[in-house]
Formats: sequence, C-alpha cells, structure tokens
Amino acid sequence: MTKKQLAKDPLNLIITGVGGQGNVMISLIIGNTFVRDGYFVTVGETYGASQRGGPVMSHMRISREKQYSPFIPDGCADIILGMEPVETLRMLGRYGNPNVITIINPRPIYSIDVTGGHAEYPDLDKLIETVKELSSQTWIINATEEAQKMGSHMFANAILIGALVGAGVLPLDKRSVESVLRETFPKEIEANLAAFNKGIKFVRS
Amino acid sequence: MANIEIDAPGTSHLLIGNESIARGTLEAGIGFAAAYPGTPSSEILGSLAQVAKKMGIYVEWSINEMVAMEAAAGASFAGIRALVAMKQNGVNVVSDFLANLVMTGIGTGGLVLVSCDDPSAISSSNEQDTRPIAQWLDIPLVEPGDFQEAKDMTKWLFDLAEELGTLCMLRSVTRIAHARGNVSLGELLKKQHKAHFDQVHDLKNVMPTTFMPVPSSLRHYFLHIKIDKAREMFESSQFNRYIGPDKADLLIVTSGSCWLYSQDAVKALKLSDRVGILKLGTLWPMPENFVGKHLSKSEKILFVEEIDPFLERNIMEIVANLPPSSPRPNFYGKRSGHINAYGELNPDMVIKAISIILGLTYEPRDVEYSKKAETFAKGNVPERSMTFCAGCPHRATFWAIKNALKLDGRDGFVTGDIGCYSMALGPAGFFQVRTMHCMGAGAGVANGLGKLAQFGFDQPVLAVVGDSTFYHATIPALINGIYNQSNFILVILDNSATAMTGFQPHPGTGMTAMGKPTKVINMEALCRSLGAYVEVCDPFDLKGTTSTLLNMMSEGGGAKVAIMRRECELVRAKKEKPPYRVYVDAEKCIGEACGCDRLCTRVFLCPGLTWDKEAGKSKVDEVICSGCGVCVSVCPQGAIIREAA
Repeated sequence: MTKKQLAKDPLNLIITGVGGQGNVMISLIIGNTFVRDGYFVTVGETYGASQRGGPVMSHMRISREKQYSPFIPDGCADIILGMEPVETLRMLGRYGNPNVITIINPRPIYSIDVTGGHAEYPDLDKLIETVKELSSQTWIINATEEAQKMGSHMFANAILIGALVGAGVLPLDKRSVESVLRETFPKEIEANLAAFNKGIKFVRS
Repeated sequence: MANIEIDAPGTSHLLIGNESIARGTLEAGIGFAAAYPGTPSSEILGSLAQVAKKMGIYVEWSINEMVAMEAAAGASFAGIRALVAMKQNGVNVVSDFLANLVMTGIGTGGLVLVSCDDPSAISSSNEQDTRPIAQWLDIPLVEPGDFQEAKDMTKWLFDLAEELGTLCMLRSVTRIAHARGNVSLGELLKKQHKAHFDQVHDLKNVMPTTFMPVPSSLRHYFLHIKIDKAREMFESSQFNRYIGPDKADLLIVTSGSCWLYSQDAVKALKLSDRVGILKLGTLWPMPENFVGKHLSKSEKILFVEEIDPFLERNIMEIVANLPPSSPRPNFYGKRSGHINAYGELNPDMVIKAISIILGLTYEPRDVEYSKKAETFAKGNVPERSMTFCAGCPHRATFWAIKNALKLDGRDGFVTGDIGCYSMALGPAGFFQVRTMHCMGAGAGVANGLGKLAQFGFDQPVLAVVGDSTFYHATIPALINGIYNQSNFILVILDNSATAMTGFQPHPGTGMTAMGKPTKVINMEALCRSLGAYVEVCDPFDLKGTTSTLLNMMSEGGGAKVAIMRRECELVRAKKEKPPYRVYVDAEKCIGEACGCDRLCTRVFLCPGLTWDKEAGKSKVDEVICSGCGVCVSVCPQGAIIREAA
C-alpha cells in the first residue's frame, strides 16, 4: 500500500454519460482500487431516477489526507471521462478549467428531446473540436465501436477504464486495477481484461 | 452491493452510506430488520438481505413501512435488536404508530429507525425533512456527517435506545446514503439471539408487561424524562465537534453531508484560520450547553443545512434563553436568504454564502475560460429528459391508454402516484397522468371522482398503480371503491418487481427478501374475491389492450381492475437475450412524406428509435434497442421490421 504522489490533492475525476451506460460500475472499480492503495475516496453519483435515460455523472475525489464531499466544486475537475459526447461537454461547461484532461467516447446517444425534434444534437466533429479546445489534453477513444467489434457494446466500459489507466493521469497500477476487475466481472473476465488492455493500448499508441 | 459481512476489523472499504449503516447493525448484533424499498434508503435492507442467512438474522421486505415498523417493534418487545429503514415519505406513513410507540416505550431489544431524506427530491415526489418529525414526536435523533459515522452512529444508537428505553432515529440524506466513502470496519457482533416476550416485568409486584400509551399524560411526562437524559448524554458525544480558531470571523453550524460541504468551502476559500465549523451529530434533543459554549466563538453565525431551518430555529431558541448579558450574534441562514430554504446544497453554495458574508470574491477558474466553456456548453448541450427504458412495458401501456381514451371520446383521464410510471406525467407516457401524490393516492382520488355522476361528471377515470404499490397502499382504496360503488378502472402495471428502487420482490412475486420461495398473493384472485371485474392484458399487444380498456370504459358502473402484465425489461434483460432483432426498412420508411408525423420518433419516443436527419428516415440504435418489437405495430407503413433473434 505505498501511496504514490497525487498530482493534486484532492484529485477530482468526473465520469459522465447516460443512465444505463455503466457510470457506477466504472466509479466502483476505480474507487475500490484507490481505497485498497490506502487513499481516501469519495464518490458522488447521480442515480435512482436517472437510470431512465437521463444524464448521469459520478464525482470522484481522491485524497491522501481526508474525506472530501461527494461534489466537485464548479470549475475544479482535473480529469473528465466522457462516455457520451454532449454529456462530456455538459461537464466541461460547468467543471472544466484550462488544466482539465479529457477522455471521450465519441458515440452519441440521442435523447428523446433530440429524437422528438425539440432539441438539436450538435455536429459531432465540431463538438469534438470544442472539447479539445476546452481541455489541456484530449484522448478520443472509440470505445463503443471497438466493443461492438468484440461482440458487445458492454465492453466499452472496460476499454474506457483501460484508457483512463493507460493515460497515466491517475497514480494507479495496471495490475491492481486488473485484480479489482477480476473480482467485479468473474463471469466474463477474459473478454473484459482484453477490453481493458485494448483501452490501455489505444492511449499509448 | 459490497460484502458488508467481511470479518476483517480495521480494514478500510469503499461503501455507500446505506451499506455503512447496514454494517453498523451487524456490529451492533441486530437480529431483525424490516423495510419497504424507497430511494435513497433501499440498499440498507438490500445489503442486509444478502448476508442474513450467513449472519443468522431475519430480514424482510414488508408490504409497507407501517407494517415494517410495527414488525420491528414486535421484535424489540421480545428482546431482539431491530432495525427499520425507509425514505422520508415512509416516516409519514408510520407516524401514527410512532406517536403511540414513544408513549409505550420499546422492549428490551434496541429499536432504531433510519430515515433517508432526499433533498431536491432527486428520486422522490416531494422534498421533506424528517428532523422536525423526530422533534415533534420526542424521538432522539442523530445525523451522520460522513460514511464512517454512518456505521459508528448506527452501532451506538442501539445501545442508546436500550439505555433510554425509547426508539432512536438516524437521519441520512441522499449524498450520504448513495455516495461512497471510506469506512473502517469494526468487530462483528455475533449473538445467540433468544427471543421471548416476558409476560411479567416486575417479579416483586407481579405486574404484567404491557405496551400501552395510556395513561397518556403520565407517559408523556416519562417520555420527557427520557429526552432530558438523552440531552445530558449528547452534551459529551464524540459526534459533536468544533474545528477552527478560538475566535472566528464566522462560525458555521452544520450537520450531515453539509459538514462535508462546509469543510470543502472553507478549504477552497483558504479560510481555516478565520472560519470555524461547529458540526452536530446529535440533533435532537439539542445539547444546549455544548452549543451555547461554542456560539461565543463568533459574532456571526451561518447555518448550513438542507431543507428545513432545523438547527437555525433550535439554536435561535437556545440563544433566546441565554442570560440577558450574553452577546447576541448575527444569524445568517435560510431566514436571511444566504442559504436556500429548498433543494440540496453543495460546496459552491456554501462558498457563495461565506463570500457574501465576509465580502470576498471567489473565482475557481480563469474568467476567459469560464466564459468560453459556458457559451459552448449552453449552445451545444441538448436537453436529456427522463424516459422509460427501451422495451419498458409502461410505454406500451400508456400508448394503449392514450388511444383507448381518445377512441372513447368522453374526455377521460388518468390519476397516478409514485413509481417509474410517474414519468407518464411527461412525454415518456404521452402526458397521460393528471394527478400524482403519495403511494396509492391515484386510486383514492379516483374513488372520489367516480362518485360525482350526480353532479354531471361523465369522464372515465383510470387510476394507475404499480404492482408493489398495489400491495403497499391500494387495496383499501379498491375495497372502498367496490363497497361505495365508485366508477373507475384500477390499472395495475404489473412488471413483477419493485422496479424503480432496484427490483425488490413483493407479495406478488413468490419470493422473500432472503430469497426464499413463498406463497404468491395473486392479485387477480384477490381482486376477484372482493367482487371486482378483472381483466388481464399483455401491454405489448397494443391492439388487444386498447380494445379491452375501451370495452371496460363503455360497460358502465363500478370499480374494475385491468392488470397490465409484462416483466420489467431490465429484469428480463438480465436473464435472457433480446427476443427480436429490430430494424427500419429504409425502402419502406418514407419519413416526413408519410403523413404519420413521425409517429415512432416524435410521439412514441422509445430511446431505441432515432431519427437519421441526413437520410430523412427513422433508424434503430442497436446499442439502446432491447428488441421488444412493440414499435413494429406503431408504424403505419410497416417499415419497422422484427426478426426472431
């Protein structure tokens, strides 16, 4: 349980997407790994009613010193993991700052407001450009597309966890994340580990 | 859910507040736990149910909060430590029993009630603070300020309840209940439980044991003695503490998750040498001396708390009772408008309040960046309204209801209550539901509407309830409707689970909380036995369901029951593969030229269907689509195709 140096204390990580995508699962895996490494971790999640297609976010605060609140103050995110493009931009608008690092899955999920013609989904290329402009560093990870190639879009989560770990923005050891993954997905562990390693490779290539 | 029964004292785990509370009950050696699910409280009993067998305890999902509370009291009367957990609305349901229970006192087994409040009503119909309920019922009340305290307080509360001989209450909120944080585990208390109701409580006088609230005035007097004793104990509680300088420019008084927000705010403003925080863990009765001592630390006092001004009012009362020579501080909080009197708080709101009081400016990020980010986000982030999941039976039911009411043509409408189906107030259910209050209220309201024919009322009324809600709160309303011959149709949306709170079993599922098969309380047999006319429909059969409802409406008088039976899609999807592969035949879909006004994507609004703007045609999003195939019968062109998967 050697505690590595945090780039900042607390380190503020946001995981965002749409209800049902797997926010909670990702925050659990990352959070559990940190707690095992001896850190204080607080995770605030929006769920409950937001299982039903609403925007979801997990706020994760990682510290060597104390238990922080489950809300990241406005403008204070260090890393944003976006599982859906406009949700990523929604988070940058409120929590972004010139130093924020963003990992984004560019696969849109259209809301019923967009489908029903009451709202406009922005042009995807422009949206990604905006995300880049608002981030100090941006990784675009085609997680859904790659997961579908592996047989199920569900593997997108493990790919994104891999990208987060591979990007080196968190003081996390690959092996300690793997051991938490093994406990979390005992059934489909081989496919999930393959997806996880794929994610690491994407950010390192 | 996490394993809360790990026998590893001293190790740290990432637990949600609810799991931490459940762990606390195991460290307190409870024998009995009962609850009705309600967000954000459900995981307390849910996590206990998973370990009940192993830990040798009894855990049940009760039919409603009232029965859960009474059952837990029964366990306490027989000497077993018992827990009951609910969301804020549940406390309203049990308040009548509580008003009597505080007078009778509890048995020799400690009895603890956990209420999880939901500031901002994130997963609730209403926003409500249960702290004042504890005060008006004279129930000792505590509130954990973090995840560790959630466990430690719960454990301690059983000792307290036994020492005082009265029910004790723990209030949590969504941001503790559903947030995760570090919890260092203590020892599990494995007890050999021996339950017995002692008929005689005083061997010398041979007085029989009775739990009765009379003589009331005398019982009330004794209750006040218990409360005074609790106050004395709270004066030295480790759960109350102060951090900050001896003399502060501002003193924050807070409790619960607001303790975390207050610390974040003071740190963000770098004011730890100027601003002190008085954190209270034992809220009622208030430890007056402890509070009074710390109030002198500053001339300015800011109350940081959610929903009601509970601390604010009670502390103002303490100040009013100080000797006349005592200094009178300036108070800031809900009364002054520095803290919102509604909705949940967060660190930014506390930062703002402190900044206004102390005349500071706070810019968390570069101003230019801020402008740019907000502008970009504002113009490019479309709304994302809540909706039924792809494949949800409720969407199909409300489609049938909408069409049946239209075909009937007498301006009929729907009354409702709490559950996933509350979303039918909005576009998800085609704006069909007109009233929403507490559990079962739709059926009760329909009872009244159905008796207004003599005043010229001729609109059909459908009352929708979920299956779990039917058992919880609707049976008396149905009996009333049959007895008083009210004219309405009770539509039971039977998706075979308490879906909104996490798929807990209920009396209709044939399964108990501990996973034991049990008798199914068959809802159609029950309704028929009461004399109701009952129809059972498959909502995925849109045509058949519409015509059944239409017939029931046109056939005139009496309370009738239509059961919409189809398993929750989230439950089904865990067990089996999608039944169909669904796609849009691009040749057949003629888009805007069809004349259907994009029925599938503009009206039916299943998130599995999207609109391909470039092609001008509908399209299935294969990541979202659950393969239910219902939309096939919505498309007038037959352009949506389903093939057996």
